[in-house]
Amino acid sequence: MNAPVNPKKLIKGGLHDWEVVIGMEIHAQVTSRSKLFSGASTAFGAEPNDNVSLVDAAMPGMLPVINEECVAQAVRTGLGLKAKINLRSVFDRKNYFYPDLPQGYQISQYKDPIVGEGEVLVDLSDGESITVGIERLHLEQDAGKSLHDQNPTQSFVDLNRSGVALMEIVSRPDLRSSEEARAYVTKLRTILRYLGTCDGDMEKGSLRADVNVSVRKPGNPLGTRCEIKNVNSIRFIGQAIETEARRQIAIIEDGGTIDQETRLFDPGKGETRSMRSKEEAHDYRYFPDPDLLPLEFDQAYVDGLAEGLPELPDAKKARFVSEFGLSAYDAGVLVAERASADYYEAVARGRDGKAAANWVINELFGRLNKEGKGIEETPVSADQLGQIVDLIGEGVISGKIAKDLFEIVWTEGGSPREVVAARGMKQVTDAGAIEAAVDEIIARNPDKVVQAREKPTLLGWFVGQTMKATGGKANPAAVNALLKAKLGIE
Amino acid sequence: MSVDAQTVRRIAHLARIAVSEADVAPLQGELNAILAFVEQLGTVDVANVEPMTSVTPMAMKKRRDVVTDGGRAEEVVANAPETEDHFFLVPKVVE
Repeated sequence: MNAPVNPKKLIKGGLHDWEVVIGMEIHAQVTSRSKLFSGASTAFGAEPNDNVSLVDAAMPGMLPVINEECVAQAVRTGLGLKAKINLRSVFDRKNYFYPDLPQGYQISQYKDPIVGEGEVLVDLSDGESITVGIERLHLEQDAGKSLHDQNPTQSFVDLNRSGVALMEIVSRPDLRSSEEARAYVTKLRTILRYLGTCDGDMEKGSLRADVNVSVRKPGNPLGTRCEIKNVNSIRFIGQAIETEARRQIAIIEDGGTIDQETRLFDPGKGETRSMRSKEEAHDYRYFPDPDLLPLEFDQAYVDGLAEGLPELPDAKKARFVSEFGLSAYDAGVLVAERASADYYEAVARGRDGKAAANWVINELFGRLNKEGKGIEETPVSADQLGQIVDLIGEGVISGKIAKDLFEIVWTEGGSPREVVAARGMKQVTDAGAIEAAVDEIIARNPDKVVQAREKPTLLGWFVGQTMKATGGKANPAAVNALLKAKLGIE
Repeated sequence: MSVDAQTVRRIAHLARIAVSEADVAPLQGELNAILAFVEQLGTVDVANVEPMTSVTPMAMKKRRDVVTDGGRAEEVVANAPETEDHFFLVPKVVE
Protein backbone atom coordinates (compact mmCIF):
# COMPACT_ATOMS: atom_id res chain seq x y z
CA MET A 1 0.00 0.00 0.00
CA ASN A 2 2.92 2.31 0.61
CA ALA A 3 5.08 1.22 -2.28
CA PRO A 4 7.49 3.87 -3.55
CA VAL A 5 5.75 6.51 -5.62
CA ASN A 6 6.42 6.23 -9.34
CA PRO A 7 6.52 9.81 -10.68
CA LYS A 8 5.38 8.63 -14.14
CA LYS A 9 2.07 7.49 -12.67
CA LEU A 10 1.17 10.80 -11.04
CA ILE A 11 -1.57 13.01 -12.43
CA LYS A 12 -0.72 16.66 -12.99
CA GLY A 13 -3.06 19.01 -11.21
CA GLY A 14 -3.20 22.79 -11.48
CA LEU A 15 -1.14 23.20 -8.30
CA HIS A 16 0.93 20.05 -8.00
CA ASP A 17 1.05 16.34 -8.80
CA TRP A 18 -1.46 13.87 -7.40
CA GLU A 19 -1.30 10.16 -6.76
CA VAL A 20 -4.44 8.17 -7.51
CA VAL A 21 -5.19 5.17 -5.30
CA ILE A 22 -7.49 2.45 -6.61
CA GLY A 23 -9.00 -0.67 -5.12
CA MET A 24 -11.49 -2.91 -6.88
CA GLU A 25 -14.35 -5.22 -6.15
CA ILE A 26 -14.83 -7.59 -9.06
CA HIS A 27 -18.09 -9.49 -9.35
CA ALA A 28 -17.40 -12.66 -11.32
CA GLN A 29 -20.26 -14.95 -12.28
CA VAL A 30 -19.44 -18.50 -11.24
CA THR A 31 -19.52 -21.01 -14.09
CA SER A 32 -22.15 -23.54 -13.05
CA ARG A 33 -25.24 -25.13 -14.58
CA SER A 34 -27.64 -24.21 -11.81
CA LYS A 35 -27.89 -21.34 -9.34
CA LEU A 36 -26.16 -20.92 -5.97
CA PHE A 37 -29.14 -21.97 -3.87
CA SER A 38 -31.70 -23.34 -6.36
CA GLY A 39 -32.01 -25.81 -9.22
CA ALA A 40 -32.90 -23.21 -11.86
CA SER A 41 -30.62 -22.81 -14.90
CA THR A 42 -27.96 -20.10 -15.19
CA ALA A 43 -28.12 -20.07 -19.02
CA PHE A 44 -27.92 -16.60 -20.58
CA GLY A 45 -30.65 -15.23 -22.81
CA ALA A 46 -33.70 -17.23 -21.67
CA GLU A 47 -37.26 -15.89 -21.92
CA PRO A 48 -38.29 -13.56 -19.04
CA ASN A 49 -38.55 -15.37 -15.70
CA ASP A 50 -38.09 -18.77 -17.33
CA ASN A 51 -34.94 -19.65 -15.37
CA VAL A 52 -36.59 -18.92 -12.06
CA SER A 53 -37.48 -21.30 -9.25
CA LEU A 54 -39.76 -20.40 -6.40
CA VAL A 55 -36.62 -20.00 -4.26
CA ASP A 56 -35.26 -17.32 -6.63
CA ALA A 57 -38.62 -15.53 -6.61
CA ALA A 58 -38.51 -15.59 -2.76
CA MET A 59 -41.87 -17.26 -2.36
CA PRO A 60 -42.77 -17.80 1.31
CA GLY A 61 -41.51 -21.04 2.80
CA MET A 62 -38.81 -21.68 0.21
CA LEU A 63 -35.41 -22.67 1.59
CA PRO A 64 -31.99 -22.26 -0.04
CA VAL A 65 -29.81 -25.38 -0.58
CA ILE A 66 -26.25 -24.67 -1.66
CA ASN A 67 -24.83 -25.90 -4.99
CA GLU A 68 -21.68 -27.93 -4.21
CA GLU A 69 -20.08 -27.02 -7.56
CA CYS A 70 -20.27 -23.29 -6.78
CA VAL A 71 -18.37 -23.98 -3.54
CA ALA A 72 -15.73 -25.96 -5.47
CA GLN A 73 -15.41 -23.14 -8.03
CA ALA A 74 -14.84 -20.55 -5.28
CA VAL A 75 -12.15 -22.75 -3.71
CA ARG A 76 -10.46 -23.30 -7.09
CA THR A 77 -10.45 -19.55 -7.66
CA GLY A 78 -9.00 -18.97 -4.21
CA LEU A 79 -6.22 -21.44 -4.97
CA GLY A 80 -5.56 -19.69 -8.30
CA LEU A 81 -5.17 -16.42 -6.41
CA LYS A 82 -2.67 -18.10 -4.02
CA ALA A 83 -5.12 -17.29 -1.26
CA LYS A 84 -5.95 -18.69 2.13
CA ILE A 85 -8.95 -21.03 1.94
CA ASN A 86 -11.19 -20.83 4.98
CA LEU A 87 -12.42 -24.29 5.98
CA ARG A 88 -15.37 -22.67 7.71
CA SER A 89 -17.32 -19.74 6.30
CA VAL A 90 -20.71 -18.22 7.03
CA PHE A 91 -23.54 -16.87 4.89
CA ASP A 92 -25.15 -13.60 5.96
CA ARG A 93 -28.12 -11.59 4.84
CA LYS A 94 -27.34 -8.17 3.38
CA ASN A 95 -30.60 -6.23 3.68
CA TYR A 96 -31.80 -3.66 1.18
CA PHE A 97 -34.86 -3.01 -0.94
CA TYR A 98 -34.92 -3.00 -4.70
CA PRO A 99 -37.54 -4.38 -7.11
CA ASP A 100 -35.12 -6.90 -8.63
CA LEU A 101 -34.26 -8.33 -5.18
CA PRO A 102 -37.43 -10.19 -4.20
CA GLN A 103 -36.00 -11.58 -0.92
CA GLY A 104 -35.40 -8.08 0.41
CA TYR A 105 -31.86 -9.26 1.17
CA GLN A 106 -28.95 -10.73 -0.71
CA ILE A 107 -27.38 -13.90 0.68
CA SER A 108 -23.70 -13.03 0.88
CA GLN A 109 -20.73 -13.61 3.17
CA TYR A 110 -19.66 -10.84 5.49
CA LYS A 111 -17.38 -11.56 8.43
CA ASP A 112 -16.33 -15.07 7.43
CA PRO A 113 -15.74 -15.36 3.66
CA ILE A 114 -14.79 -18.65 1.98
CA VAL A 115 -11.45 -17.24 0.76
CA GLY A 116 -9.06 -14.92 2.59
CA GLU A 117 -5.89 -13.07 1.55
CA GLY A 118 -4.11 -13.78 -1.71
CA GLU A 119 -2.30 -11.99 -4.52
CA VAL A 120 -2.18 -11.46 -8.26
CA LEU A 121 0.98 -10.77 -10.26
CA VAL A 122 0.23 -8.15 -12.92
CA ASP A 123 2.50 -7.41 -15.91
CA LEU A 124 2.47 -3.84 -17.22
CA SER A 125 3.19 -2.63 -20.74
CA ASP A 126 6.58 -1.16 -19.79
CA GLY A 127 7.81 -4.62 -18.77
CA GLU A 128 7.43 -3.89 -15.05
CA SER A 129 5.20 -6.01 -12.91
CA ILE A 130 3.31 -5.33 -9.70
CA THR A 131 1.77 -7.57 -7.07
CA VAL A 132 -1.80 -6.70 -6.19
CA GLY A 133 -3.05 -7.92 -2.83
CA ILE A 134 -6.37 -9.74 -2.63
CA GLU A 135 -8.23 -9.04 0.58
CA ARG A 136 -10.92 -11.70 0.25
CA LEU A 137 -13.26 -13.59 -2.04
CA HIS A 138 -16.81 -14.44 -1.03
CA LEU A 139 -19.81 -16.16 -2.56
CA GLU A 140 -23.09 -14.31 -2.99
CA GLN A 141 -26.28 -14.23 -5.03
CA ASP A 142 -26.75 -12.04 -8.07
CA ALA A 143 -29.89 -9.89 -8.25
CA GLY A 144 -32.47 -9.87 -11.05
CA LYS A 145 -32.51 -7.39 -13.89
CA SER A 146 -34.68 -4.28 -14.29
CA LEU A 147 -35.48 -2.80 -17.68
CA HIS A 148 -36.37 0.87 -17.54
CA ASP A 149 -36.89 1.70 -21.19
CA GLN A 150 -39.92 -0.44 -22.03
CA ASN A 151 -42.57 1.85 -20.62
CA PRO A 152 -42.72 5.54 -19.51
CA THR A 153 -44.05 4.88 -16.01
CA GLN A 154 -43.04 1.33 -15.17
CA SER A 155 -39.93 -0.82 -14.87
CA PHE A 156 -39.91 -4.42 -16.08
CA VAL A 157 -38.31 -7.00 -13.79
CA ASP A 158 -36.79 -10.30 -14.94
CA LEU A 159 -35.47 -12.62 -12.23
CA ASN A 160 -33.52 -15.00 -14.49
CA ARG A 161 -30.25 -13.76 -13.02
CA SER A 162 -31.62 -13.69 -9.50
CA GLY A 163 -29.75 -16.24 -7.40
CA VAL A 164 -26.95 -16.95 -9.88
CA ALA A 165 -23.69 -17.44 -7.96
CA LEU A 166 -21.19 -14.59 -7.96
CA MET A 167 -17.70 -14.42 -6.55
CA GLU A 168 -16.89 -10.98 -5.20
CA ILE A 169 -13.14 -10.57 -5.36
CA VAL A 170 -11.91 -7.62 -3.31
CA SER A 171 -8.45 -6.19 -3.98
CA ARG A 172 -6.36 -4.08 -1.64
CA PRO A 173 -5.94 -0.42 -2.64
CA ASP A 174 -2.68 -1.37 -4.38
CA LEU A 175 -3.33 0.14 -7.81
CA ARG A 176 -1.85 3.52 -8.75
CA SER A 177 -3.07 4.29 -12.27
CA SER A 178 -5.84 3.48 -14.70
CA GLU A 179 -3.34 1.38 -16.66
CA GLU A 180 -2.56 -0.72 -13.60
CA ALA A 181 -6.27 -1.14 -12.94
CA ARG A 182 -6.95 -2.31 -16.48
CA ALA A 183 -3.97 -4.69 -16.39
CA TYR A 184 -5.19 -6.10 -13.08
CA VAL A 185 -8.70 -6.85 -14.37
CA THR A 186 -7.24 -8.32 -17.56
CA LYS A 187 -4.98 -10.64 -15.56
CA LEU A 188 -7.72 -11.62 -13.15
CA ARG A 189 -9.96 -12.44 -16.10
CA THR A 190 -7.21 -14.60 -17.64
CA ILE A 191 -6.78 -16.52 -14.38
CA LEU A 192 -10.54 -17.09 -14.04
CA ARG A 193 -10.78 -18.32 -17.62
CA TYR A 194 -7.84 -20.71 -17.15
CA LEU A 195 -9.48 -22.07 -14.01
CA GLY A 196 -12.82 -22.37 -15.80
CA THR A 197 -14.53 -20.75 -12.82
CA CYS A 198 -15.89 -17.71 -14.72
CA ASP A 199 -16.16 -17.22 -18.47
CA GLY A 200 -15.12 -13.56 -18.15
CA ASP A 201 -17.65 -12.46 -20.76
CA MET A 202 -18.04 -8.78 -19.90
CA GLU A 203 -20.63 -8.15 -22.60
CA LYS A 204 -22.95 -10.62 -20.93
CA GLY A 205 -22.21 -9.17 -17.51
CA SER A 206 -20.20 -12.17 -16.29
CA LEU A 207 -17.53 -9.81 -14.97
CA ARG A 208 -18.36 -6.40 -13.49
CA ALA A 209 -16.27 -4.04 -11.41
CA ASP A 210 -16.92 -1.60 -8.60
CA VAL A 211 -13.96 0.76 -8.57
CA ASN A 212 -12.86 2.68 -5.46
CA VAL A 213 -10.94 5.83 -6.35
CA SER A 214 -9.24 8.41 -4.15
CA VAL A 215 -6.43 10.90 -4.69
CA ARG A 216 -3.69 12.23 -2.41
CA LYS A 217 -0.49 14.18 -2.49
CA PRO A 218 2.31 11.61 -2.79
CA GLY A 219 3.28 10.35 0.66
CA ASN A 220 0.13 11.62 2.37
CA PRO A 221 -2.47 9.39 4.07
CA LEU A 222 -5.28 8.02 1.90
CA GLY A 223 -7.85 10.54 0.68
CA THR A 224 -11.62 10.11 0.87
CA ARG A 225 -12.76 7.59 -1.71
CA CYS A 226 -15.71 7.35 -4.04
CA GLU A 227 -17.04 4.06 -5.29
CA ILE A 228 -17.94 3.85 -8.98
CA LYS A 229 -20.51 1.09 -9.35
CA ASN A 230 -20.92 -1.57 -11.98
CA VAL A 231 -18.40 -0.67 -14.66
CA ASN A 232 -18.74 -3.35 -17.32
CA SER A 233 -15.76 -3.15 -19.66
CA ILE A 234 -12.01 -2.90 -19.19
CA ARG A 235 -11.86 0.22 -21.35
CA PHE A 236 -14.59 1.92 -19.30
CA ILE A 237 -12.76 1.02 -16.07
CA GLY A 238 -9.78 3.03 -17.34
CA GLN A 239 -11.95 5.94 -18.45
CA ALA A 240 -13.97 5.99 -15.22
CA ILE A 241 -10.80 6.18 -13.11
CA GLU A 242 -9.28 9.00 -15.18
CA THR A 243 -12.54 10.96 -15.08
CA GLU A 244 -13.14 10.45 -11.37
CA ALA A 245 -9.54 11.22 -10.34
CA ARG A 246 -9.63 14.51 -12.26
CA ARG A 247 -13.01 15.43 -10.75
CA GLN A 248 -11.64 14.88 -7.24
CA ILE A 249 -8.41 16.81 -7.94
CA ALA A 250 -10.39 19.78 -9.28
CA ILE A 251 -12.59 19.87 -6.15
CA ILE A 252 -9.65 19.65 -3.72
CA GLU A 253 -7.57 22.23 -5.60
CA ASP A 254 -10.54 24.59 -5.46
CA GLY A 255 -10.50 24.25 -1.68
CA GLY A 256 -13.35 21.75 -1.45
CA THR A 257 -13.56 18.31 0.15
CA ILE A 258 -14.61 14.95 -1.28
CA ASP A 259 -17.82 13.37 0.01
CA GLN A 260 -17.60 9.61 0.36
CA GLU A 261 -20.35 8.40 -1.96
CA THR A 262 -21.39 5.94 -4.61
CA ARG A 263 -21.17 7.17 -8.19
CA LEU A 264 -22.09 5.96 -11.64
CA PHE A 265 -19.89 6.28 -14.74
CA ASP A 266 -21.64 7.51 -17.88
CA PRO A 267 -19.40 6.56 -20.82
CA GLY A 268 -21.53 8.58 -23.26
CA LYS A 269 -21.06 11.83 -21.35
CA GLY A 270 -17.60 10.94 -20.05
CA GLU A 271 -18.53 11.83 -16.45
CA THR A 272 -19.31 10.21 -13.13
CA ARG A 273 -22.39 11.27 -11.18
CA SER A 274 -23.70 10.69 -7.70
CA MET A 275 -26.18 7.86 -7.06
CA ARG A 276 -28.02 9.61 -4.26
CA SER A 277 -30.47 6.77 -3.71
CA LYS A 278 -27.62 4.51 -2.57
CA GLU A 279 -26.61 6.83 0.26
CA GLU A 280 -28.68 5.47 3.10
CA ALA A 281 -28.61 1.93 1.73
CA HIS A 282 -25.12 1.57 3.22
CA ASP A 283 -26.82 0.39 6.40
CA TYR A 284 -27.16 -3.21 5.28
CA ARG A 285 -27.83 -4.66 8.76
CA TYR A 286 -25.94 -7.88 8.04
CA PHE A 287 -26.76 -10.88 10.16
CA PRO A 288 -26.07 -14.65 9.76
CA ASP A 289 -28.69 -16.26 7.52
CA PRO A 290 -30.73 -18.53 9.79
CA ASP A 291 -31.69 -20.69 6.77
CA LEU A 292 -28.10 -21.80 6.19
CA LEU A 293 -25.62 -23.66 8.35
CA PRO A 294 -21.97 -22.61 8.26
CA LEU A 295 -20.16 -23.89 5.16
CA GLU A 296 -17.52 -26.37 6.30
CA PHE A 297 -15.09 -28.72 4.53
CA ASP A 298 -11.73 -30.27 5.33
CA GLN A 299 -8.22 -29.73 3.98
CA ALA A 300 -8.39 -33.01 2.03
CA TYR A 301 -11.27 -31.54 0.00
CA VAL A 302 -9.17 -28.45 -0.78
CA ASP A 303 -6.13 -30.58 -1.66
CA GLY A 304 -8.24 -32.66 -4.04
CA LEU A 305 -9.37 -29.53 -5.87
CA ALA A 306 -5.78 -28.22 -5.94
CA GLU A 307 -4.65 -31.42 -7.69
CA GLY A 308 -7.20 -30.87 -10.44
CA LEU A 309 -6.12 -27.30 -11.24
CA PRO A 310 -4.68 -26.62 -14.69
CA GLU A 311 -1.28 -24.99 -15.23
CA LEU A 312 -1.93 -21.29 -14.58
CA PRO A 313 -0.73 -18.39 -16.78
CA ASP A 314 2.27 -17.35 -14.63
CA ALA A 315 3.64 -20.91 -14.54
CA LYS A 316 2.94 -21.45 -18.23
CA LYS A 317 4.68 -18.22 -19.15
CA ALA A 318 7.77 -19.15 -17.13
CA ARG A 319 7.80 -22.58 -18.78
CA PHE A 320 7.47 -21.10 -22.30
CA VAL A 321 10.46 -18.86 -21.56
CA SER A 322 12.65 -21.70 -20.23
CA GLU A 323 11.45 -24.53 -22.47
CA PHE A 324 11.07 -22.72 -25.80
CA GLY A 325 13.51 -19.84 -25.31
CA LEU A 326 10.81 -17.18 -25.81
CA SER A 327 11.07 -13.58 -24.64
CA ALA A 328 8.93 -12.76 -21.59
CA TYR A 329 6.84 -10.51 -23.81
CA ASP A 330 6.06 -13.15 -26.44
CA ALA A 331 5.36 -15.74 -23.75
CA GLY A 332 2.98 -13.26 -22.11
CA VAL A 333 1.10 -12.73 -25.38
CA LEU A 334 0.76 -16.48 -25.94
CA VAL A 335 -0.50 -17.34 -22.44
CA ALA A 336 -3.11 -14.55 -22.28
CA GLU A 337 -5.70 -17.09 -23.46
CA ARG A 338 -5.50 -20.75 -22.64
CA ALA A 339 -6.65 -21.69 -26.14
CA SER A 340 -3.84 -19.61 -27.70
CA ALA A 341 -1.27 -21.20 -25.41
CA ASP A 342 -2.53 -24.70 -26.28
CA TYR A 343 -2.42 -23.87 -29.99
CA TYR A 344 1.11 -22.54 -29.70
CA GLU A 345 2.30 -25.61 -27.82
CA ALA A 346 0.88 -27.87 -30.51
CA VAL A 347 2.80 -25.92 -33.17
CA ALA A 348 6.02 -25.68 -31.12
CA ARG A 349 6.21 -29.32 -30.01
CA GLY A 350 9.28 -30.89 -31.64
CA ARG A 351 10.04 -27.70 -33.59
CA ASP A 352 11.94 -24.44 -33.18
CA GLY A 353 9.94 -22.70 -30.42
CA LYS A 354 10.91 -19.19 -31.47
CA ALA A 355 10.01 -19.73 -35.12
CA ALA A 356 6.70 -21.22 -34.01
CA ALA A 357 6.05 -18.20 -31.75
CA ASN A 358 6.77 -15.78 -34.59
CA TRP A 359 4.32 -17.53 -36.87
CA VAL A 360 1.60 -17.82 -34.25
CA ILE A 361 1.92 -14.24 -32.98
CA ASN A 362 2.71 -12.32 -36.17
CA GLU A 363 0.98 -14.22 -38.93
CA LEU A 364 -1.84 -16.13 -37.26
CA PHE A 365 -2.87 -13.62 -34.54
CA GLY A 366 -2.38 -10.76 -37.00
CA ARG A 367 -4.69 -12.41 -39.51
CA LEU A 368 -7.25 -13.43 -36.86
CA ASN A 369 -7.35 -9.86 -35.53
CA LYS A 370 -7.85 -8.48 -38.99
CA GLU A 371 -10.91 -10.68 -39.48
CA GLY A 372 -12.16 -10.18 -35.92
CA LYS A 373 -11.90 -13.90 -35.21
CA GLY A 374 -10.88 -15.72 -32.05
CA ILE A 375 -8.33 -18.53 -31.91
CA GLU A 376 -11.18 -21.06 -31.75
CA GLU A 377 -12.27 -20.00 -35.25
CA THR A 378 -8.89 -20.26 -36.96
CA PRO A 379 -9.10 -21.90 -40.38
CA VAL A 380 -5.41 -22.86 -40.14
CA SER A 381 -4.95 -25.68 -37.65
CA ALA A 382 -1.90 -26.06 -35.42
CA ASP A 383 -0.91 -29.07 -37.50
CA GLN A 384 -1.08 -27.08 -40.75
CA LEU A 385 0.91 -24.17 -39.31
CA GLY A 386 3.43 -26.66 -37.92
CA GLN A 387 3.94 -28.08 -41.43
CA ILE A 388 4.57 -24.57 -42.77
CA VAL A 389 7.21 -24.01 -40.09
CA ASP A 390 8.74 -27.40 -40.99
CA LEU A 391 8.88 -26.53 -44.70
CA ILE A 392 10.82 -23.34 -43.91
CA GLY A 393 13.10 -25.18 -41.49
CA GLU A 394 13.89 -27.83 -44.09
CA GLY A 395 14.72 -25.15 -46.64
CA VAL A 396 11.92 -26.32 -48.96
CA ILE A 397 10.32 -22.85 -49.10
CA SER A 398 11.56 -19.37 -48.30
CA GLY A 399 10.02 -17.22 -45.58
CA LYS A 400 8.45 -15.05 -48.25
CA ILE A 401 6.82 -17.98 -50.06
CA ALA A 402 5.72 -19.28 -46.68
CA LYS A 403 3.53 -16.21 -46.28
CA ASP A 404 1.87 -16.92 -49.62
CA LEU A 405 1.45 -20.54 -48.57
CA PHE A 406 -0.13 -19.45 -45.28
CA GLU A 407 -2.59 -17.33 -47.27
CA ILE A 408 -3.53 -20.27 -49.49
CA VAL A 409 -4.01 -22.61 -46.52
CA TRP A 410 -6.05 -19.90 -44.76
CA THR A 411 -8.47 -19.42 -47.65
CA GLU A 412 -8.47 -22.82 -49.36
CA GLY A 413 -7.24 -25.25 -46.70
CA GLY A 414 -5.28 -28.38 -47.59
CA SER A 415 -2.02 -29.93 -46.56
CA PRO A 416 0.76 -27.32 -46.83
CA ARG A 417 3.24 -29.93 -48.06
CA GLU A 418 0.90 -31.00 -50.87
CA VAL A 419 0.10 -27.39 -51.81
CA VAL A 420 3.83 -26.65 -52.18
CA ALA A 421 4.31 -29.71 -54.39
CA ALA A 422 1.19 -29.13 -56.50
CA ARG A 423 1.85 -25.44 -57.16
CA GLY A 424 5.60 -25.59 -57.67
CA MET A 425 6.37 -23.34 -54.72
CA LYS A 426 9.55 -25.18 -53.85
CA GLN A 427 12.51 -22.97 -53.23
CA VAL A 428 15.18 -23.17 -55.92
CA THR A 429 18.38 -24.24 -54.20
CA ASP A 430 19.89 -25.56 -57.42
CA ALA A 431 23.01 -23.40 -57.70
CA GLY A 432 23.06 -23.70 -61.52
CA ALA A 433 19.58 -22.27 -61.97
CA ILE A 434 20.22 -19.40 -59.59
CA GLU A 435 23.54 -18.65 -61.22
CA ALA A 436 21.95 -18.46 -64.65
CA ALA A 437 19.46 -15.90 -63.36
CA VAL A 438 22.17 -13.89 -61.62
CA ASP A 439 24.39 -13.89 -64.71
CA GLU A 440 21.57 -12.64 -66.89
CA ILE A 441 20.76 -9.74 -64.58
CA ILE A 442 24.40 -8.72 -64.32
CA ALA A 443 24.77 -8.86 -68.09
CA ARG A 444 21.70 -6.68 -68.66
CA ASN A 445 22.69 -3.99 -66.11
CA PRO A 446 26.36 -3.09 -66.57
CA ASP A 447 25.81 0.48 -65.20
CA LYS A 448 24.30 -0.87 -61.96
CA VAL A 449 27.21 -3.29 -61.61
CA VAL A 450 29.64 -0.38 -61.61
CA GLN A 451 27.54 1.56 -59.12
CA ALA A 452 27.22 -1.44 -56.83
CA ARG A 453 30.99 -1.71 -56.53
CA GLU A 454 31.02 1.90 -55.26
CA LYS A 455 27.92 1.54 -53.15
CA PRO A 456 27.46 -1.99 -51.78
CA THR A 457 23.94 -1.28 -50.48
CA LEU A 458 22.84 -1.62 -54.11
CA LEU A 459 23.23 -5.35 -53.59
CA GLY A 460 19.63 -5.32 -52.35
CA TRP A 461 18.44 -4.25 -55.79
CA PHE A 462 20.20 -7.22 -57.42
CA VAL A 463 18.75 -9.60 -54.82
CA GLY A 464 15.29 -8.22 -55.56
CA GLN A 465 15.74 -8.66 -59.32
CA THR A 466 16.96 -12.21 -58.91
CA MET A 467 14.03 -13.12 -56.64
CA LYS A 468 11.68 -11.60 -59.18
CA ALA A 469 13.27 -13.55 -62.04
CA THR A 470 12.94 -16.81 -60.10
CA GLY A 471 9.35 -16.12 -59.02
CA GLY A 472 10.46 -15.64 -55.41
CA LYS A 473 11.53 -19.24 -55.17
CA ALA A 474 15.30 -18.77 -55.06
CA ASN A 475 16.93 -19.37 -51.72
CA PRO A 476 17.73 -15.81 -50.52
CA ALA A 477 20.91 -16.87 -48.72
CA ALA A 478 22.26 -18.57 -51.84
CA VAL A 479 21.37 -15.54 -54.00
CA ASN A 480 23.14 -13.20 -51.61
CA ALA A 481 26.31 -15.24 -51.50
CA LEU A 482 26.43 -15.68 -55.27
CA LEU A 483 25.85 -11.97 -55.99
CA LYS A 484 28.51 -10.89 -53.53
CA ALA A 485 31.02 -13.19 -55.21
CA LYS A 486 30.13 -12.11 -58.75
CA LEU A 487 30.02 -8.38 -58.00
CA GLY A 488 33.11 -8.50 -55.85
CA ILE A 489 31.38 -6.95 -52.85
CA GLU A 490 32.39 -7.85 -49.33
CA MET B 1 -29.09 -0.11 25.03
CA SER B 2 -31.98 2.13 24.11
CA VAL B 3 -33.19 3.87 20.99
CA ASP B 4 -34.17 7.50 20.52
CA ALA B 5 -36.98 8.89 18.37
CA GLN B 6 -34.60 9.51 15.45
CA THR B 7 -33.47 5.87 15.43
CA VAL B 8 -37.10 4.73 15.42
CA ARG B 9 -37.78 6.83 12.31
CA ARG B 10 -34.64 5.52 10.65
CA ILE B 11 -35.40 1.86 11.33
CA ALA B 12 -38.92 2.34 10.03
CA HIS B 13 -37.60 3.93 6.87
CA LEU B 14 -35.01 1.18 6.29
CA ALA B 15 -37.80 -1.40 6.68
CA ARG B 16 -40.05 0.67 4.39
CA ILE B 17 -42.74 0.89 7.05
CA ALA B 18 -44.76 4.13 7.17
CA VAL B 19 -44.78 5.39 10.77
CA SER B 20 -46.71 8.53 11.61
CA GLU B 21 -45.19 11.11 13.94
CA ALA B 22 -47.80 10.24 16.57
CA ASP B 23 -46.69 6.60 16.57
CA VAL B 24 -42.99 7.33 17.11
CA ALA B 25 -43.10 7.84 20.88
CA PRO B 26 -45.18 4.69 21.65
CA LEU B 27 -42.97 2.61 19.29
CA GLN B 28 -39.87 3.95 20.99
CA GLY B 29 -41.24 2.76 24.33
CA GLU B 30 -42.10 -0.68 22.95
CA LEU B 31 -38.74 -1.14 21.26
CA ASN B 32 -36.89 -0.13 24.41
CA ALA B 33 -38.95 -2.57 26.44
CA ILE B 34 -38.04 -5.37 24.01
CA LEU B 35 -34.36 -4.41 24.07
CA ALA B 36 -34.35 -4.33 27.87
CA PHE B 37 -35.91 -7.80 27.91
CA VAL B 38 -33.28 -9.17 25.49
CA GLU B 39 -30.51 -7.49 27.44
CA GLN B 40 -31.11 -9.87 30.32
CA LEU B 41 -29.20 -12.40 28.20
CA GLY B 42 -26.13 -10.26 28.82
CA THR B 43 -26.02 -11.42 32.43
CA VAL B 44 -25.21 -15.00 31.36
CA ASP B 45 -21.50 -15.83 31.21
CA VAL B 46 -20.85 -17.35 27.74
CA ALA B 47 -17.09 -16.79 27.70
CA ASN B 48 -16.31 -20.47 27.04
CA VAL B 49 -19.40 -21.44 25.08
CA GLU B 50 -19.20 -21.95 21.32
CA PRO B 51 -21.95 -20.25 19.31
CA MET B 52 -24.66 -22.77 18.46
CA THR B 53 -25.46 -22.96 14.76
CA SER B 54 -27.93 -25.80 14.82
CA VAL B 55 -29.89 -27.79 17.37
CA THR B 56 -28.41 -31.11 16.34
CA PRO B 57 -24.82 -31.18 15.12
CA MET B 58 -25.05 -31.54 11.35
CA ALA B 59 -23.25 -30.48 8.18
CA MET B 60 -24.88 -28.18 5.65
CA LYS B 61 -26.80 -30.11 3.01
CA LYS B 62 -25.48 -29.58 -0.52
CA ARG B 63 -27.07 -29.90 -3.93
CA ARG B 64 -25.49 -31.34 -7.09
CA ASP B 65 -24.98 -28.90 -9.97
CA VAL B 66 -27.91 -29.97 -12.14
CA VAL B 67 -30.87 -28.02 -13.47
CA THR B 68 -33.98 -29.34 -11.75
CA ASP B 69 -36.23 -26.29 -11.80
CA GLY B 70 -37.43 -23.41 -13.99
CA GLY B 71 -39.72 -23.20 -17.01
CA ARG B 72 -42.56 -22.00 -14.83
CA ALA B 73 -42.68 -18.27 -15.56
CA GLU B 74 -46.48 -18.31 -15.52
CA GLU B 75 -46.48 -19.56 -11.92
CA VAL B 76 -43.63 -17.23 -10.88
CA VAL B 77 -45.53 -14.09 -11.88
CA ALA B 78 -48.99 -15.43 -10.92
CA ASN B 79 -49.29 -13.33 -7.75
CA ALA B 80 -47.91 -10.12 -9.24
CA PRO B 81 -50.33 -7.17 -9.36
CA GLU B 82 -49.19 -6.38 -12.89
CA THR B 83 -47.27 -8.36 -15.51
CA GLU B 84 -46.48 -8.25 -19.20
CA ASP B 85 -44.85 -11.04 -21.26
CA HIS B 86 -43.97 -12.75 -17.96
CA PHE B 87 -42.11 -9.68 -16.68
CA PHE B 88 -43.04 -8.24 -13.28
CA LEU B 89 -44.18 -4.64 -13.71
CA VAL B 90 -43.31 -2.17 -10.96
CA PRO B 91 -43.48 1.62 -10.62
CA LYS B 92 -40.52 3.10 -12.48
CA VAL B 93 -37.26 2.96 -10.57
CA VAL B 94 -34.32 4.48 -12.35
CA GLU B 95 -30.99 5.98 -11.35
